Amino acid sequence: MIFDYETLKLIWWVFMEILVIGFAVTGGFDMGVGALLPFLGRTDEERRVVINAVGPTWEGNQTWLITAAGACFAAWPLVYATAFSGFYTVIVLTLFALFLRPVGFDYRSKVEDPRWRSAWDWGLAVGGAVPAFTFGVTFGNLLQGAPFHFDEVLRVTYTGSFGALLNPFALLCGVVSLAMVVMHGGFYLQTRIEGPLVLRAEKASQVAALVLVVAFALGGLWVALGIEGYRIISMPDPGGAIAPLAKTVERAPGAWLDNYSRFEWLWLAPAFGLMGPLVANALARRGLLNLAFWTSAAAVSGVVATAGLSMFPFILPSSSQPNASLTVWDAVSSHATLQIMFWVVVVFLPLVLAYTRWVYRVLGGKVSVETVMENKHQMY
Amino acid sequence: MPSETVVDLSRLQFALTAMYHFLFVPLTLGLSWLLVIMESAYVMTGKEIYKDMTRFWGKLFGINFAMGIATGITLEFQFGTNWAYYSHYVGDVFGVPLAIEGLMAFFLESTFVGVFFFGWDRLTRVKHLAVTFLVALGSNLSALWILIANGWMNNPVGAEFNYLTMRMELSSIRDVIFNPVAQVKFVHTVAAGYVTAAMFVLGVSSWYMLKGRDLKFAVRSFAIAAGFGLASVLSVIVLGDESGYTTGQVQRVKLAIIEAEWETHPPPAPFTVFGIPNDKTETTDYAIRVPWALGLIATRSVDEEVTGIKDLKKEAEKQVRNGMIAYEALEKLRRGDTNPEVRAAFEETKRDLGYGLLLKRYTPRVVDATPEQIRSAAADTIPKVAPVYWAFRVMVGLGMLLVFAAAFYFVALRKLVPQRWPAPALYDPIAVDRRRVRLVRRRIRPPALDHRGGAPDFPLRFQHRGRRCMVQLDRLRALLQRTACGRVVPHVQVLPLGAE
Repeated sequence: MIFDYETLKLIWWVFMEILVIGFAVTGGFDMGVGALLPFLGRTDEERRVVINAVGPTWEGNQTWLITAAGACFAAWPLVYATAFSGFYTVIVLTLFALFLRPVGFDYRSKVEDPRWRSAWDWGLAVGGAVPAFTFGVTFGNLLQGAPFHFDEVLRVTYTGSFGALLNPFALLCGVVSLAMVVMHGGFYLQTRIEGPLVLRAEKASQVAALVLVVAFALGGLWVALGIEGYRIISMPDPGGAIAPLAKTVERAPGAWLDNYSRFEWLWLAPAFGLMGPLVANALARRGLLNLAFWTSAAAVSGVVATAGLSMFPFILPSSSQPNASLTVWDAVSSHATLQIMFWVVVVFLPLVLAYTRWVYRVLGGKVSVETVMENKHQMY
Repeated sequence: MPSETVVDLSRLQFALTAMYHFLFVPLTLGLSWLLVIMESAYVMTGKEIYKDMTRFWGKLFGINFAMGIATGITLEFQFGTNWAYYSHYVGDVFGVPLAIEGLMAFFLESTFVGVFFFGWDRLTRVKHLAVTFLVALGSNLSALWILIANGWMNNPVGAEFNYLTMRMELSSIRDVIFNPVAQVKFVHTVAAGYVTAAMFVLGVSSWYMLKGRDLKFAVRSFAIAAGFGLASVLSVIVLGDESGYTTGQVQRVKLAIIEAEWETHPPPAPFTVFGIPNDKTETTDYAIRVPWALGLIATRSVDEEVTGIKDLKKEAEKQVRNGMIAYEALEKLRRGDTNPEVRAAFEETKRDLGYGLLLKRYTPRVVDATPEQIRSAAADTIPKVAPVYWAFRVMVGLGMLLVFAAAFYFVALRKLVPQRWPAPALYDPIAVDRRRVRLVRRRIRPPALDHRGGAPDFPLRFQHRGRRCMVQLDRLRALLQRTACGRVVPHVQVLPLGAE
């Protein structure tokens, strides 16, 4: 299959959505479980149950993030350059929180001291909650556009500040994201653990699901009525190589809803985001835990897809120089690179999904205080 | 232009994070194969002790793997956070191996590493061995793609500059993958990783032997590490020589700096065994030179020149002037000039565009550079000589071959347990008792000498030629790791370690 450039640009937007959703769904529940850890587990044994519910698989799940970033580097280099350097403080904050996770999982139970263990429990909580929140804040800023422009050699200059990143709308998006992973983590935990912990996890996910629905609906209203969206007025043929400044972009209230009025079936994504958590709650109350988890996964996908679909074809709009906005048409790699990377994804992504499934099958089963006590020295 | 302090700090940050990451990664590269060897022994013989060994070293693998992940994300994100223009300028080429690394290798190792730890009772022996193998394969493939990316930074092949998008674009993925620099870097670096892992296992096993604890376990681990380490250290030497040859072909500045070759000598060039490079006078003081040696190693001929730093600077001046022409043409092209002459001038000189951009530091307009500024830009292509020169000499002089040869010798003679000397020699860095190490080293030499029948230092200095500078931190890394493991070992409660 040899695709023309325009089609490949579109395919790559889909690939990036898949990778980000893959991380939100898999890494998402790990981070949610981490955020819940010190609140759900009251004793050391209970906390180890919670940790071991995700311990064996969290590394693979986090790889979705690494791969999404790598793929962004290869397919959307300008986005990688602009977003990572522009959102510097948020990214560094995220990094420092992420540092706590591998060390927390691997080192926590190797020393008996309760202070050591409790410190790492809070470390894992920070490592789960902070990135979840900052990813939401990042999306909130993508939706509003960031203040950046290019000079004559396409060097990017960012003129915003850390304070500006933490604006009210972005903070609301942070709440959406945090509630989303906490809910998802809660539903995942219920499928993997036994004992009184299940009830606590259920309660947590129920509350988080409600917070998510309210915050997500509020965010939707804000996008429709409050913040300005972006719209391409004119641009050169998307089938060619274009530099970001070649197009004309306008800012307009409600422009982020353009795609939904053109393709009504796109409303499915926000619908999943709004209804999914409620359905998952109802299912969990009836004891259909696996189904509740998968519904929660659909809700997470819906929320992330909503953000992506609203902005399409924009990836990172510029608030200070709208014509410099980065879109799927002009922030992408060359035709050759997209074509090669297309094959890499087509071959390896299904393979990754296949062996991930196998690994989850092998490592499935419930974790309880008894299993942790029996395998004291082997488990996390 | 960003301020130069920010650039310097970013460089420092990158150097620190890269070195910190590279404390852990080489160890996991090699340790994963040692786990495969130990577990294969378990599957073939059915002896529980090999399973215990795999689990014990597996746990030490795990804590280093975790640190590798924690430090690795920083490296990836850093390209975007601190080197944004670089990311834009080369992302089309450089991003490709990074993305492939994620999909092909990193997913593999990090998905299966959980099964390695938690799948012992859930899988058959052979299936579990297959999982261990996949972890090792994943981590080594990961190194391959990262070093392809790094190799491209050293020798950017298979890419062309596109003035419409203002960046380097991929022209041949084959050239990028089979870049000779990437290939020698990969084999040399993983082999160095194997040495690190073998050193680590040797060190910890020696600690157990010295304490008289779990001897059966310690001796077997020692034996496997000695064999694996000897093979690896020999590979490092041979592949390092290959790396030196490749450097001589495509990275002449690097070679000249490493050897402090200020002048171009008539071929074959002499090799400076010792000397103190002096950046001011551009000479090497107190130099002791061996005639012919450098020419033979770097060019593998007697009639090719090894270009000296002064001549390289002159060449760079020409390239900077070329780069100015390229920059002028580029500006016209970007303004929409369609004159074929401008286009032709650009195509002819665009190879040197980067040299032209070096002038940005002195004059933002580039095209109006004075001869003085051109000279300064050309001088910027030559880094400070002394740090690279000395770092390389430290790396080459480490003498790891001796350690592994001696360890292997005693394993082969089955004299390991009564022979107590290797243990303190390897373990002492943990105690940081330097005097004792030196004493012990003096004691090591005679048996090794007798056995090999020659001065052990002699072949070392010369065979080690050409090892990559990055790897010179090998010993420091091994030492740090042993220090770290000295503290961790008492906490690793994997086992009942055996029946002793």
